Amino acid sequence: MSTATIALSNAQVQRSPGHTATIYLKEAKYEFIKNLRLRMYTASVLSFPIMFYVLFGLVLNAHQAIGSTGIPTYLIATYGTFGVMGASLFGTAAGLASDRGLGWLQVKRASPMPPFAYFAAKVVTSMIFSAIIVLALFTLGITMGGVRMPFGDFARLLGTLVAGSLPFSALGLALGYFTGPNSAPATINLIYLPMSFCSGLWVPFMFLPKVVKQIALVLPPYHLSQLALGIVGAASHESNATHWEVLAAFTMICLGVARIGFQRDQEKMYG
Amino acid sequence: MIATMEKSESRAQSSADLVVASLEGVNKNYGNIRALSGVDFRVRAGEVVALLGPNGAGKTTAVKLLLGLMQPNAGRARVFGGDPTNPENRMRTGAMLQVGRVPETLRVREHIDLFSSYYEKPLPLAQILAAAGLEKLSDRKFGDLSGGQKQRVLFALAICGDPDLLFLDEPTVGLDVEARRMLWDEIRLLVSRGKTVLLTTHYLQEADALADRVAVINRGEIIAEGTPATIKAQTAGKRIRCVTSLTLNALRQIPGVTEVLEDREAVELHTGIAEPVVRELLTRDATLSGLEVTSAGLEEAFLALTQDSSKNGSN
Repeated sequence: MSTATIALSNAQVQRSPGHTATIYLKEAKYEFIKNLRLRMYTASVLSFPIMFYVLFGLVLNAHQAIGSTGIPTYLIATYGTFGVMGASLFGTAAGLASDRGLGWLQVKRASPMPPFAYFAAKVVTSMIFSAIIVLALFTLGITMGGVRMPFGDFARLLGTLVAGSLPFSALGLALGYFTGPNSAPATINLIYLPMSFCSGLWVPFMFLPKVVKQIALVLPPYHLSQLALGIVGAASHESNATHWEVLAAFTMICLGVARIGFQRDQEKMYG
Repeated sequence: MIATMEKSESRAQSSADLVVASLEGVNKNYGNIRALSGVDFRVRAGEVVALLGPNGAGKTTAVKLLLGLMQPNAGRARVFGGDPTNPENRMRTGAMLQVGRVPETLRVREHIDLFSSYYEKPLPLAQILAAAGLEKLSDRKFGDLSGGQKQRVLFALAICGDPDLLFLDEPTVGLDVEARRMLWDEIRLLVSRGKTVLLTTHYLQEADALADRVAVINRGEIIAEGTPATIKAQTAGKRIRCVTSLTLNALRQIPGVTEVLEDREAVELHTGIAEPVVRELLTRDATLSGLEVTSAGLEEAFLALTQDSSKNGSN
């Protein structure tokens, strides 16, 4: 067959920074809208930490304190961590596992979408939902639980918890690459719920059995909640630097695992 | 067993010889299963090429290789003379793939808005909606659409960037007759604007209706290639139906008859060329009536081709 394979055009596609920014923004905007409309997501991710907070922080223990920190304040830090963790894990892993396993990610990969935009959108969306949960807890705590702290502490607490979305988003990406579309939610719960308990997010840390306390030292939610509790004056004794280091290392490991999954996926066929 | 035919009924365009997509000596394995074996396949500018084959023949694999979604084990896939994964090539390519689940809570126009943003010069939303027949559905959430409507959204996403090269993997699966015809018209319109289309299908009628060229694929090998007419001509092409007093045995002895079937009061003869057989029939049976001669459809041709290749394959 006499055929000449000819490049019809060598024009480089060099998007303007403005165009690239638009793509990232739209990707994130629609990821957010998509999850906001997904009742499965909002019902479990938003309502559980808020319901728990109302029940255990406002209805049952409102006038008690742990050390010098009132329960309503203490629980903003722990249920905040719990909420951030759920929003981030479900926001990344569930969507990625489904998109990947059921062919949607291939449609996106076949398009000229910058690949990183897809992941950035999931992480940013998880951070926004994390912020929404923490702000909801603040609002409830201030209006109904008598929570009072300097504005700077609110800002630091919010900033810490939202930044704490990153390790769990990284874990979510890794899980999304190594679970199927149907098994992802169950797998997430299998990690999310026991980790929350062992890290003292449901029952204050000092009331946990000793063996659980030791397990907690290697769990990222423990370290995030300790950073948050440090801001409201209720932390254990490790230094903040240790907590940040554990979280950073955990994030890097998870991103490494996610990267292996990403590369493996280039060669595998789904659907 | 690879019957490759030079085709030349391509459109009268100066660019007609330019290869815009090709698989060159491609092997692709999934574990121990060979999905494609020694596939050589070219799509030239301005053509509609149909990759025709039964389920599991390797059609989707061929498309995914050309989209750079996977890499061949041997040989290479080229698009616009380069690597399919090059961003500049992706910019000029649109793809409609078979998808198990699309995010269901986004509206039709939101999906299109997002995909349009990936391209340099997307078509206007109104034009995309019109081309895909989605004008009245643009505010619907994807999850609320019927199967056929969902297919149309995927088509809209494939064309939104006004690509030069379009890959359509089983584009009309699940469409009703009307929607299928509409999509065919859209594909013809794209080609009239100079676009190149590779579509896969197991609807033979679809390949016949749309394609300049058909490549028949079975068990990972291209077993025939040519215009729809040459594909049909490659197998015993005519059916003769008549009411006759001749016995089945007598009919079988007529030269050129490959098969004789009884069909109620009539008989049906299969043959390569009809005229000598008809002449013979009329000579032998003066009372013969109800004579009908029809071309075997692409369907029969296709079945014959794929059965041949299966037989050879098992030897």
